[in-house]
Amino acid sequence: MRVDGRKNDELRKIKFEVGVLSRADGSCYVEWGQNKIIAAVYGPRELLPKHLANPYRATVRYTYRMATFSVPDRKSPKPGRREIEISKVSAEALEKAIFLEKYPNTAIDVSVQIFDSNASTRVAALSAAACALADAGIAMRDLVSAVSVGRANGEYVLDLRKEEEDAPDAVDLAMAILPNTEEVVLFQMDGIITKEECSRLLKLGLKGCKMVYELQKKALKEKYMREV
Amino acid sequence: MEDIYWILQADKVYRFLQNNKRLDGRKFDEYRKAVIVRDFSKNADGSAYVKLGKTEVIAGVKLDLGQPYPDTPDEGGLSTGAELLPTASPEWEAGPPDPQSIELARVVDRCIRESKGIDMKSLCIREGELCYVIYLDFYVTNYDGNLFDACSLAGTAALMNTKVPKVENDKIVKGEYIGKLKFTKKPLLTTFVKLKNYILLDPSLEEDKILDARLHVATTEDGKICAFQKGGSGSFTPKEIESCVELALKKSKELRSLL
Repeated sequence: MRVDGRKNDELRKIKFEVGVLSRADGSCYVEWGQNKIIAAVYGPRELLPKHLANPYRATVRYTYRMATFSVPDRKSPKPGRREIEISKVSAEALEKAIFLEKYPNTAIDVSVQIFDSNASTRVAALSAAACALADAGIAMRDLVSAVSVGRANGEYVLDLRKEEEDAPDAVDLAMAILPNTEEVVLFQMDGIITKEECSRLLKLGLKGCKMVYELQKKALKEKYMREV
Repeated sequence: MEDIYWILQADKVYRFLQNNKRLDGRKFDEYRKAVIVRDFSKNADGSAYVKLGKTEVIAGVKLDLGQPYPDTPDEGGLSTGAELLPTASPEWEAGPPDPQSIELARVVDRCIRESKGIDMKSLCIREGELCYVIYLDFYVTNYDGNLFDACSLAGTAALMNTKVPKVENDKIVKGEYIGKLKFTKKPLLTTFVKLKNYILLDPSLEEDKILDARLHVATTEDGKICAFQKGGSGSFTPKEIESCVELALKKSKELRSLL
């Protein structure tokens, strides 16, 4: 039994809401267990300064930031190294999903802000960002769906909570896929595992990503239901 | 502006790959020659110079005193930084760390930290109050591809010959040591890059510049995996990840034999 009574392959309660901001070109708010995250997309728009623009394709700029009050100890408002690294790999993960070559010289700016957190924020943020991109009408080959999987107290579990991340034998693997082709676009792990455990976690991760994909699709459809 | 030079190089690299060749004649799963020079800097508490192909990095360790983190009051600390020096590439300039150097430092840090090879408890001096902090810093002096494996090799080599300075009245006594740092497991990164559908070990500069995706697998001496990182805007299939893991466990032994 897990701390919150979930089964090993069960996600926390997740709710995506698409099109929640009036000024952004696309947006998504997600409540993922205790995590509360908002994602906004601007663009494709002119990339400034111009010399940084890529004449062959769009550039994805992703900023992942945590609010100072979103963690148990106050976080410095200055972007930390963790946030910069997460921003970099998340931008790269989204790039695979977007038809970048359709938008030369432009920037697609994705801004995600965490207001409350309890583990797995990077995958929740990335999943929300993918919905916001779709909401912005950007041409994509697929959504990006992400989850964390890992090992805690000898069990292989989907969607870790903080208590599970802190287990003595904890392994935390954040992964994201393009759900229709199962291509892995984000893959980060901490913790010691064997080759066999790696295969096992991959399998559980794929399953979890597809569960998230269903929730994302539902939220995107709901937005258009609302508009009619 | 994307450098036209690398676009032309890409054509050449792919022409070679179609004939199952790499520009430098290596097999897809072959490492370049690696050299380690230990104790590179006399002032450092531990250091190593590594050359992998023509990539050159210097890792240096300094132990300082600090306060343990609240969540690990009985352990020392580890802080890792990387500098991509202007000497290493015409594209790099001096200045604060950019996302590329932050990712490099954090992935190498994760490889070493998550292996649990450093006896962090042995670095605690007074619980909750005073501990040693290991500062591990990398300086890339020449960039010829695959900084990750070169830095992890240099970092592990440097930590393996790191001496712990003596502490008196809560101050470090310069030049006096109480023994060697307790560091086992020999953690190392093994890097793969994907170019279209080709997967290559130990990317050269050309391969690094045009890669679609990269995968770093951290392994330990006892045949375990202790960290992963995927980078680049391409993707890997789950099958490809599994075969990279297999190969990383095998090929890391070659670099590890130099330690």
